[in-house]
Amino acid sequence: MALSPPVRRFKSRPVTFIFELPTDKLTEFWNGLEKGKVYASKCKKCGRLTFPPAADCSQCLNQGIDWVDIQGEGEIETFTHIVIRPTSFMNHPTYTVAVAKMNAGVKVLAWLTGAKLGDVKVGAKVKLAAVQSEDGPSYGFTLIG
Amino acid sequence: MKRVAIVGVGHSKFGDRRDVNLPELGFEAVKPAFEDANLTPKDVDFLSVGTAGGWYEEFLPAVVVSEYIGLSGTGLVRCEAACASGSAAVATAYNMIASGQSDVAMAVGIEKMTEVDTLTGVELIGRAGYYTWEFHNFGMTFPGYYALHATAHMKKFGTTEEQLARVAVKNHKYGAMNPNAHLQRAIQVDDVLSSRMVAWPLKLYDCCPMSDGAAALILASEEKAKSLTDSPVWIEAIGISSDTANVSKRAEYASLRSAVIASEKAFKKANVSPDQIDVADVHDCFTIAELLAYEDLGFCKRGEAGKMVEDGQTEIGGKIPVNVDGGLKAKGHPIGATGVSMMVGLTRQLRKQGGKTQAPIKNGLALAHNVGGTGHYCYVTVLRS
Repeated sequence: MALSPPVRRFKSRPVTFIFELPTDKLTEFWNGLEKGKVYASKCKKCGRLTFPPAADCSQCLNQGIDWVDIQGEGEIETFTHIVIRPTSFMNHPTYTVAVAKMNAGVKVLAWLTGAKLGDVKVGAKVKLAAVQSEDGPSYGFTLIG
Repeated sequence: MKRVAIVGVGHSKFGDRRDVNLPELGFEAVKPAFEDANLTPKDVDFLSVGTAGGWYEEFLPAVVVSEYIGLSGTGLVRCEAACASGSAAVATAYNMIASGQSDVAMAVGIEKMTEVDTLTGVELIGRAGYYTWEFHNFGMTFPGYYALHATAHMKKFGTTEEQLARVAVKNHKYGAMNPNAHLQRAIQVDDVLSSRMVAWPLKLYDCCPMSDGAAALILASEEKAKSLTDSPVWIEAIGISSDTANVSKRAEYASLRSAVIASEKAFKKANVSPDQIDVADVHDCFTIAELLAYEDLGFCKRGEAGKMVEDGQTEIGGKIPVNVDGGLKAKGHPIGATGVSMMVGLTRQLRKQGGKTQAPIKNGLALAHNVGGTGHYCYVTVLRS
């Protein structure tokens, strides 16, 4: 039987993508995080509350919003503990992501920190607050009680 | 609208296919499809290529594949609907024929996922939601998204990790009998439960592998189909729906709304009910996804999916055999190829060419449920022999 020739493969020319994300229309939201606020947008015309915020209303297509701070209490609808992380999160320890329904009326997806894994449950009460992380302004949950 | 038939099917070996480049992989599916239909490239007047892309070197994959299979000059489009890109390609080719613009069209689904390392793959597919709001600060992963659904389903209905594991066991059993499957080995419940945690409650064996692969369908108008074959398989209906990019904007997590809407549309158009389907392929990218599918499609009542798999009702001999080709879980999930691959397997089932995994065919009806993203897209296709 003839020996197979050695496998020959080559690497593509490298390319690194770093996208620059516009925030002009939501400047107030990102500034708000630095001032300790977590803003949802509220349509000036139909009153729909939207989170994550949007400058343009997907319900009535109106342009023009007010800002409503949605910090406060919410209830966990679902969650996961992420162990296998993307390359850009490898320097973080494993993390818990929760989706909570806020008393303000919108749902928020964010990290839940400072809890024992066994204490994180669907239906548990959480508090949402702006946080300053090493990656920039963000927001997150902590368990209440 | 004209009737549209499947007259040729082809499928590559799925798996770690670093031995071939993108068009060579496509060729492996296309050549047998032409042979099956007894047609040549000059007979095809439209080609749709379903692929998500981004993890292999080609920026215009449809063009590269088209040239390699001798179809340059034909009508051409690339279709993207995340993990449902293959079904989107079939729907596009279907519409070309149904509208009378084409007589013979080809749909190719293809993906190469192993040219980047696994964690880069996790990075890229983790962005398959809303990058700005769910990935940038919170590092969502694809298993993480489906874990959110699993947690909610377990809480709402008492579904257990063992029941999730049974989906993997069933699909590996059939994958072991599929020569084109990525993972051709049987596993036990304990193998799943003891595998490493990926995103609680999902463990490694709750997740499909990263695979390379391609599948191809040749579609024809009714007149053309009748001149080509005595056993056409008809595309009866395609139901399409979508949902929010932000998973936080979903009404609930124990169901995928897009799958409910897409299947209602498909059943209505085909004028059939879920209990008439003889065999189905559903989108089991994670074990929980298969259980959601049983309920979203109406194969069982809400909350009964865990028991349905536990009782063997979705195995051959049960109420409705599901994923007898091994499913995404064991056959592999080259994401753009999957929708086409489902229809290749189901066409063979309706032609009674299923071999060791042939399901009983009573009504001549099969269903493909192909989800893109975490319910961001859903395509439900009903086939009839």
